[in-house]
Amino acid sequence: MSIWEYANPKKFMQTSAWALPWALAATVLCLSVGLIWGFFFTPDDYKQGATVKIIYLHVPAAMMAINAWVMMLVASLIWIVRRHHVSALAAKAAAPVGLTFTLIALVTGALWGQPMWGTWWAWDPRLTSFLILCLFYMGYIALWSAVEDPDTAADLTGVLCIVGSVFAVLSRYAVNFWNQGLHQGASLSMDAKENVSDVFWIPLVICIAGFILLFVTLVLMRTRTEIRARRVAALLARERLA
Amino acid sequence: MMPDLGKYAFAVLASYGATIVLIGALVALSFRQRARVKKTLDEVEARAAAQTGKNDG
Repeated sequence: MSIWEYANPKKFMQTSAWALPWALAATVLCLSVGLIWGFFFTPDDYKQGATVKIIYLHVPAAMMAINAWVMMLVASLIWIVRRHHVSALAAKAAAPVGLTFTLIALVTGALWGQPMWGTWWAWDPRLTSFLILCLFYMGYIALWSAVEDPDTAADLTGVLCIVGSVFAVLSRYAVNFWNQGLHQGASLSMDAKENVSDVFWIPLVICIAGFILLFVTLVLMRTRTEIRARRVAALLARERLA
Repeated sequence: MMPDLGKYAFAVLASYGATIVLIGALVALSFRQRARVKKTLDEVEARAAAQTGKNDG
């Protein structure tokens, strides 16, 4: 068995139909447990007070905003190299999900930044690269809508995705590149001194799992919709020719 | 049951509220698109099947 079997729309539809209910159930379970635990049953931080509860939304959303773009990059490269339509449609399906995560990260970051830094926004390297990533998501979605031929749209958006990856990487590593700005380093680290305390860490990891599962569920569902939409277009074209 | 958020109540509640609204909108939009496309596909496939039947007959 090869992974490329799933590039066949029929095989993808069969497998995703089986996987979707499980992914949805796991998403609801992880998000409910993680968010309820984080919101109701964790203490305030000694420095940040109750605002530490924003970590359960901000960190997973920011992680997934970057990872969604990486997934779109991989899918776009598969389309560009191997011309598998399902991968191009999966990249298209993931973009609105990634944009939503980016918006959540920006909004919760501003709401967290105001009481902690005394400002809603700063032209900090990480914040700025995140804003540019958000604009790339919008441009990517707009480009898909603007080009009528789906293969040409997939080619052009694939190139845009490669260019935008620079900002996805910058969003992740800007804090390390430029040792300046307001944003602190990573909340999760292998280094025990850098890592957040266990009392916050466990619900945070469950929330991250929940956001990953939410992404998988929505991308599977939206890719199925895109495959159906492409079949509608093909059948309508055949009707017009008949 | 509600934790005491003190002076940070606005920041915390607005963060949770904005996240729920954004994810809720994305999920609702995804389900609406899914239902619309599925309905159109069923109609077009039924027409295609009827056309094939007519041609065969």
